[in-house]
Amino acid sequence: MSTATAVLSQTQIERSASHTLTIYWKEAKYEFLKNLRLRVYTASVISFPLMFYVLFGLVLNAKASIDGVGVPTYMIATYGTFGVMGASLFGTASGLASDRGLGWLQVKRASPMPPFAYFAAKIILSMIFSFIVVSLLLVLGVAFGGVRMPPLEIARLMATLVVGSIPFSAMGLAIGYFAGPNSAPAAINLIYLPLSFCSGLWFPYMFLPVIMQKIALALPPYHLSQLALEIAGAGRHESALTHWEVLFGFTLICLGVARVGFQRDQGKLYG
Amino acid sequence: MERGSFGVPVASLESVSKNYGDVRALRNVNFSVGAGQVVALLGPNGAGKTTAVKLLLGLIEPDSGKARVFGGNPTNPQNRMRAGAMLQVGKVPETLRVSEHIDLFSSYYSNPLPLEQVLTAAGLQKLRNRKFGDLSGGERQRTLFALAICGDPDLLFLDEPTVGLDVESRRTMWEEIKQLVDRGKSILLTTHYLQEADALADRIAVINQGEIIAEGTPAEIKALNSGKRIRCITQLSLASLLEIPGVSDARQDREVVELQVRQAEPVVRILLARDPSLSGLEISNAGLEEAFLALTHDAERDNRQS
Repeated sequence: MSTATAVLSQTQIERSASHTLTIYWKEAKYEFLKNLRLRVYTASVISFPLMFYVLFGLVLNAKASIDGVGVPTYMIATYGTFGVMGASLFGTASGLASDRGLGWLQVKRASPMPPFAYFAAKIILSMIFSFIVVSLLLVLGVAFGGVRMPPLEIARLMATLVVGSIPFSAMGLAIGYFAGPNSAPAAINLIYLPLSFCSGLWFPYMFLPVIMQKIALALPPYHLSQLALEIAGAGRHESALTHWEVLFGFTLICLGVARVGFQRDQGKLYG
Repeated sequence: MERGSFGVPVASLESVSKNYGDVRALRNVNFSVGAGQVVALLGPNGAGKTTAVKLLLGLIEPDSGKARVFGGNPTNPQNRMRAGAMLQVGKVPETLRVSEHIDLFSSYYSNPLPLEQVLTAAGLQKLRNRKFGDLSGGERQRTLFALAICGDPDLLFLDEPTVGLDVESRRTMWEEIKQLVDRGKSILLTTHYLQEADALADRIAVINQGEIIAEGTPAEIKALNSGKRIRCITQLSLASLLEIPGVSDARQDREVVELQVRQAEPVVRILLARDPSLSGLEISNAGLEEAFLALTHDAERDNRQS
């Protein structure tokens, strides 16, 4: 009995819940500061969706409407999804690939850091930047595009898009485990840009060729954008549950792939 | 201070072998670090030093044999709490400040040192608000050193702590390591600087091509191969000099030839007999560096023969 207790106390780490929470908090805080000060990240992740929105939503098509909704409102949903994807993919994949490939993750793994804190920080970071991008789009839309939405709808749209960053964070982790430290940004762009285009995030889905509309049905960003459009009043009348199911399944697949990479790393030397 | 006899090892490799694909990193390696002891793992690049450290940190697993830390598995979180590591890193997040890096790593430990103490110990007081990316090479090493010690661990792994540092920064790092030794920490240090192992370690394990080829106190390592250095001006070719029994190395240094030998007298007799015009003869004691060169040289020769 005493032996069993001794073994147990040796293998378990004696950390209070508040200490564990502090670690998660600091990990997330510094992950945020690290990326906030990284101009490559903030510039590409925040300014690209805003630029596209201003150009296509506020300058060129401001008076037009799609599915009974003004373009400025419609495009908050689509460029919001685009922004969430960018924030999440770049927030997870490039940092992970670089930390893995250039030895920093080993320093962290050699410390008593709870391993999940590292991943949680990246997912939280992605959600925070998703929130920032969508908020800025809304501010622009309300100020310059005549976007009018009840506060409750705005809150729902926010919540949907911020939660919707999780599948793309999972995808980013999967990419980060299989891309090299230098090739990760290129790999992300190779996936991010075609995927968002084919999902109707740049130009509304119905303007795509019919064959691409069919492909879009299989793409996760399409499903997130449809959830957002539904809230904006321009849904395609598929059930919200179907969209969530697709996103959930996609998340599980990505986490499964990331897990393979995680385990492959355990026995491998870098540098 | 006497740090000669030690009880239970705090870190050990027991008959450990490790391959990366076809490349042999370690073969049947045995060595241990006793409590309060400083052990230097000394060897050239690619000898397997970093692999040994990574095995003891639980970052990789041995193909055979056992890596133990505090008598248990290195991956045990409780053991990780009591250990700190300074590894060679290609890229550290550059936009975080020195104090922020330390704050984060300190948070992982139960009883971290106060930030001020860590900054002082690593000589970083004036650099606390500097971003990592703006630091010089030596300052970066000191920051990584700070991350290794911030949790006040009992056992430290320092993988090439002074690699790439200038002479002055190296001396500073040595002083910092000596302070840890005075506080009773156990340290495993890897280095390819022989002087460094001699200056810091209680015991030296010389490693080459994945095998420990000699182990002992710095004095013992020197005694093991208390070679001499002969310098002279001679007509004899380097190749013919190398064939003289007992000569482990021969180098041309401008007009002078420098020989590493086990014993000076027999070699000198042969030299004088073969080259009556020989001049400028000097004989001196070989330092650890030469002893080490001789050791690895012999190992290579044995390998070629087998």
